[in-house]
Amino acid sequence: MSTKLAVQLIILLPLIGATVLGLFPLFARGLRQHKTLLGTVGTLIVAVPFGLTFSLFAQGVDTPVVTSMYTWMGVGDFSVNIAYRIDQLSLIMTLVVTGVGALIHLYAIGYMAEDRSFWKFFSYLNLFIFMMLNLVLADNLLVVFLGWEGVGLCSYLLIGFWYEQKKNSAAASKAFIVNRVGDFAFLIAMFILVKELGSLDFATVLSGAEMMSDVTIAWVVLLLFLGATGKSAQIPLFVWLPDAMAGPTPVSALIHAATMVTSGLYLLARLSPLVLMAPEVMVVIAIVGATTAIVAATIALTQTDIKRVLAYSTVSQLGYMFMAAGVGAFFVAIFHVVTHAFFKACLFLGSGSVIHGMHHVEHEIKEKGYEGSFDAQDMSFMGGLKNYMPITRWTYLLSTLAIAGIPLTAGFFSKDEILFKAFEYGADGNLYAWFVWGIGILTALLTAFYMMRSYMLTFEGSSRWPMNDQIHPHESPGTMTMPLVILAGLSMIGGAIGFPKVAEKIGLSNWIHDYLVGHGDHLGPVAEPDIHSHVSVAAEIGLILLGAAIAVIGVLWAWRFFAKYELGGDELIRSRFGALYRWWNTSYYWDMFYDRTIVRPIIGGAQKALAPFDKYIVDGIVNTLGRISMALSWLFGRFQTGVVQNYALAIVLGTVILIALFLF
Amino acid sequence: MELPNLLTVIIFLPLVGSLLLLFAPSDRSVKWFALIVTLGAFVLSLPLWFGFDVVNAADLQFRGIEFPLISETLDVRYLIGIDGFSLLLVLLTTFLGPIIVLCSWNYITKSTKAYYILLLILQTGMTGVFCAFDILLFYIFFELTLIPMYFLIGIWGGERRIYAAIKFVIYTMAGSLLMLIAIIYLGYAAGNAVNDGIFTTNYFKLLEFDVPFGMQTWLFILFAFAFAIKVPIFPFHTWLPDAHVQAPTGGSVVLAGVLLKMGTYGLVRFCLPFFPSASASHTLLIGIFAVIGIVYGALVSRAQTDAKKLVAYSSVSHLGFVVLGIFALTLESLQGAMIQMINHGISTGALFLIVGMLYERRHTRLMSDYGGIAKSVPVLTFFMVLTVLASAGLPGLNGFVGEFLILVGAFSSDAPGMQTLTIIATTGVILAAVYLLWMVSRMFFGPLTHEANRTMPDLNFRELVILVPMALLMIILGLMPQPFLKVSEPSANRLLNVIEQKRAFAESDDPNLQRRFEMNDRRIPTGSPDPPSVLKP
Repeated sequence: MSTKLAVQLIILLPLIGATVLGLFPLFARGLRQHKTLLGTVGTLIVAVPFGLTFSLFAQGVDTPVVTSMYTWMGVGDFSVNIAYRIDQLSLIMTLVVTGVGALIHLYAIGYMAEDRSFWKFFSYLNLFIFMMLNLVLADNLLVVFLGWEGVGLCSYLLIGFWYEQKKNSAAASKAFIVNRVGDFAFLIAMFILVKELGSLDFATVLSGAEMMSDVTIAWVVLLLFLGATGKSAQIPLFVWLPDAMAGPTPVSALIHAATMVTSGLYLLARLSPLVLMAPEVMVVIAIVGATTAIVAATIALTQTDIKRVLAYSTVSQLGYMFMAAGVGAFFVAIFHVVTHAFFKACLFLGSGSVIHGMHHVEHEIKEKGYEGSFDAQDMSFMGGLKNYMPITRWTYLLSTLAIAGIPLTAGFFSKDEILFKAFEYGADGNLYAWFVWGIGILTALLTAFYMMRSYMLTFEGSSRWPMNDQIHPHESPGTMTMPLVILAGLSMIGGAIGFPKVAEKIGLSNWIHDYLVGHGDHLGPVAEPDIHSHVSVAAEIGLILLGAAIAVIGVLWAWRFFAKYELGGDELIRSRFGALYRWWNTSYYWDMFYDRTIVRPIIGGAQKALAPFDKYIVDGIVNTLGRISMALSWLFGRFQTGVVQNYALAIVLGTVILIALFLF
Repeated sequence: MELPNLLTVIIFLPLVGSLLLLFAPSDRSVKWFALIVTLGAFVLSLPLWFGFDVVNAADLQFRGIEFPLISETLDVRYLIGIDGFSLLLVLLTTFLGPIIVLCSWNYITKSTKAYYILLLILQTGMTGVFCAFDILLFYIFFELTLIPMYFLIGIWGGERRIYAAIKFVIYTMAGSLLMLIAIIYLGYAAGNAVNDGIFTTNYFKLLEFDVPFGMQTWLFILFAFAFAIKVPIFPFHTWLPDAHVQAPTGGSVVLAGVLLKMGTYGLVRFCLPFFPSASASHTLLIGIFAVIGIVYGALVSRAQTDAKKLVAYSSVSHLGFVVLGIFALTLESLQGAMIQMINHGISTGALFLIVGMLYERRHTRLMSDYGGIAKSVPVLTFFMVLTVLASAGLPGLNGFVGEFLILVGAFSSDAPGMQTLTIIATTGVILAAVYLLWMVSRMFFGPLTHEANRTMPDLNFRELVILVPMALLMIILGLMPQPFLKVSEPSANRLLNVIEQKRAFAESDDPNLQRRFEMNDRRIPTGSPDPPSVLKP
């Protein structure tokens, strides 16, 4: 099969899936009941593109292959094609999107089995995959933007999937609008590029960078980064992601952990040669990433909703990836995107499995007459689940160890590489990188601690749901546990694609570096900065040991602490940190701040000032002028005895006054 | 393929139909007859699309019979045809014709016959406006649309229909009377300069005529004022929400879909090429009003409680983009403005249609009377969400193409201040999501708050027939706008060319040069020191 045909199939199959799954059951209501069929079609339509991508991957790409479908819009010399680009970077991203995507589709067959709108869910999921593929395969920024807003749309539809609850639909709108703020910056960046270069094709943008002034490049990169802070949930635009947990859990795993939220990193990696030309902006990227990483980690520590812990953890890990991008280690950012996709998808799906079980409990206890409060996502009502959900427990534990960075897991390699690159870049004279490194170490400790906390409170200790002596949750069905097992396995071994440099001594190379950046004659799509003074082998080994120690300490500490105190552990932390803890627990009052300084003034201003202004001033002047001209015309009629009222003239007079008022 | 007089048939078929309607025996036959006539006009207009010569899109095509309108001694003629600017707007008008009839099907119960007669007369006026190449003929068609619209609002409208109708007519008339003064002046001046002293309103003669710079500003203001009210450009917009809210659904769709475009079309067709220096020197001023309109319209939209009023104000915001595109005077922005006229006609038209469908079910336009109705009307919700996304400029749907080209073009403009204006205008993209999603979330999502909404029926067959073509167009224009963009590109190119030539000429300041122009598609690089050779005697 030619590459072109393969690319077309990869892109189009999910679109066909979305259309078929969306439209047929919409009109043929009988189809809606055939959930297994619908789910299988939905899953296969993502699995086949994965197979195709894998075959392209196995063939290998020497030079980028561009497949142009047709001209999307063209005016004069400016023209944008619907065109897709196959190279090392887009292949890796496509493998993650379709691979993890297919697993999550499979999982959703079980998770959503009870849902009335099962068909709609799969249609949206397929549409999401289509949009995400547009994003990562695009050959120009405008098609990226098509995918970029398209995934935002799917995110909107899926967060608000259970729209009967007001908070879900509010969360959906919030996600869309906050993302739009980022998209605004993205648009301006494109305007600048079109003005300067006349094109949005990646080839032109990257080769034409030299024609732009440093200031222009810095603006473009800064604006694109601002766009990325929306989609990838960084300060200042991260506030939508925790609320986005209102969506069904497979959505959280797919969109809000593994794929969509990593688009910002993909964009920076894709444009890495350009980003490297804007060192001041790299400082901004690194600092924002580091700040987000630590801020989100502290918030995660205080959450009791299991999905919110994972949501803030995602924000924090994305911050980690931006730290990497900010020190020029774009390939490491992508490396962490990949490993994070494995363990965070596994964690989210694991939490979904737990919630699935807890919903069962909720159902049972309600039937038995329990009327107290209960929340299937709240860890305060969990505990001891390891006895009832063994597969979920083990996979959750393994992926927790991976995200914590326990040696030899996937997270260990990617996280360590980020820290190493930050250190190395700092040693090369970029002092901010050392600050980033320090924050990174601190965040790593916190990550190990709060993730282990979530595991302990969920699976270990005593059961805390009502009537826990009679009612027990069950392990989830095979379609749900199988993806868990696969993802947990990948979280263990996934690090093998990026061994640290020191491992060259024992014959292990950093494959993802060589693949993305290049090695020898092969030149990859991702750029990296020139490093002049390299870190010594001894120092590198020392850093690796430090990273390993941090992870182990964090995990063990949380293990012992929460095994001893269980929920009381939170109380101890709260009393230890006092006001600081309250800050964390309320997400640093971030939402309240936006609400008071932006949302309410604008909307209140529109309602209380602009709308009355429109009614009484703008329209008031018009109506007054109308009345004056009527009166004048009456007067005029009086003076010219016998002449009929001359409305037209009056109108003309009134209008002249109007013009005079507004133009002079 | 050149079909003489096809255009004349398309323009006057509805008028003839309206005369025949006088003899219709029953209300039912009236509706069917009106549907057949509008469908006929649409089918007849399809050859315009297929027979249109895109390569020569800047030239007048489908030119039919010509005859003097008033007397042989005046060069005022029945002169019609279409070029790249007209084609899509004519098609939009004929396409919306049957849709408007269908959406009025059950809604109009009193004086049915009169309603459809007026609707058909209105269609003749609207189609004529986009085909007239004699400016007095244009004016006649322009005014012809006023009377039927006045009655549509005044008779079949809501509670404050009389107020809204009178305001609509007087406001618009005020502007167009001023334009008439300008037209008459222009006719005499051009007649003396380029037509051997014979009064002329022939579009091409007027195009050849180089309006003296001192006069340009005045004439420009008179023209621009008439069109600014029609569009409407802030602060002349206040008639629009009143008219929209009071008008029956069909009237709102006509208004948003076509009538407002007569204003933006007029700006492109007459203001820019007749008064290029004045247009160029007012770019910033009008750009500022356009951008105020974008932001202001969006914010006031958010403050509404009435769904129809919200959509009306969203029009103010959306048309601000079109005006910005027109006055940014770059090829991209002008092309964006042209396609955005079509896009706005479709997506805002669809919004009014859907709000109207809800009104027919529940007899209220207040958003608070809805809530959670996605549960009872899922198919309607699907179309609403799609339309809202199109209207909010989601890439892949129609609204994005126009907005993007307008903004990208305006940003590339060398005119001072344009970058700043574009950046402010781009915030409209955020605000559109704010007010539109708020409306959707408030009316369609959340718990079902009113018992009466629970049993609301979903779309019926007639309503699907209305909405499906609209939805398809949103997707087609969003994903494959190129065939549509191609149609107006030669015209846009020539227009910019004419403007540049005239301005280069005006700035060359050589009194010996003969003030005459020839059409030429060659773009002249800006800032060329010499006037282009075609301008030399």
